[in-house]
Amino acid sequence: MTLLITVFAAAVCTAVWYKTDSRSEMKLGTLCMIYWGAALMWLVDAVFEFVEVKAEYFTPAPKDMLNDAFLGFSAVALGLVIWLAVLLIEDPKGVIKETLLKKH
Amino acid sequence: MACVTVPIVEAVITTITAKVVEEKEAKAIKNIGEENLPEQEKMPFSRKLKWLNNMLWGGSGLLVFEHIWHCEIVPWFPFLTAASDAADTAAMLHEMATAGVGMSLLVTAVWLAMVGISSAVEKKALKEQTSEN
Repeated sequence: MTLLITVFAAAVCTAVWYKTDSRSEMKLGTLCMIYWGAALMWLVDAVFEFVEVKAEYFTPAPKDMLNDAFLGFSAVALGLVIWLAVLLIEDPKGVIKETLLKKH
Repeated sequence: MACVTVPIVEAVITTITAKVVEEKEAKAIKNIGEENLPEQEKMPFSRKLKWLNNMLWGGSGLLVFEHIWHCEIVPWFPFLTAASDAADTAAMLHEMATAGVGMSLLVTAVWLAMVGISSAVEKKALKEQTSEN
């Protein structure tokens, strides 16, 4: 479930990155890479778990699935927070700088 | 358990490499002179290395969060719960050698594919541009 949610987040981000004109100003590529990196790592995790438990992997207990979904959404939220921090620190549009140095 | 440590180590190495490559590229541009640079050129390799850095750091960050979620990483020494027991440590090292290395290899393989495809696209675009001129 965590893998699935992260893959959806990565795919949506990549589609938005492709469509928007302000992709470098918004550092959307960084967000895409964060989600794709995590999705690939969780994919490897899933493969190893599948090798270990076989078909049982696809029939998780509802409680485990709910916990995994909760984890997945939390991971997506954390990815957004990391991206926002990078965006505000690097400030490609100069918004923070302009706000701080505004003359009154 | 601690499979994420392998991609973190790789991320540290690639970040240092990206910094060194970036400095070398900046020096090369300084030597040539910015006015002598072609109108359209290939994307610098340091920028492509940043893709790998972002994938490794971003992915590792979210996986560390998952490990904290599952109480496999704790804020006190030895930080990894599996490191406090000999049997668990052996299992942890095995997981690092299998899943951890697998994660690093897959992310690097995907990045290599991205670099290969982008280089081919760049070559094609530059070829089309020169044939137009």
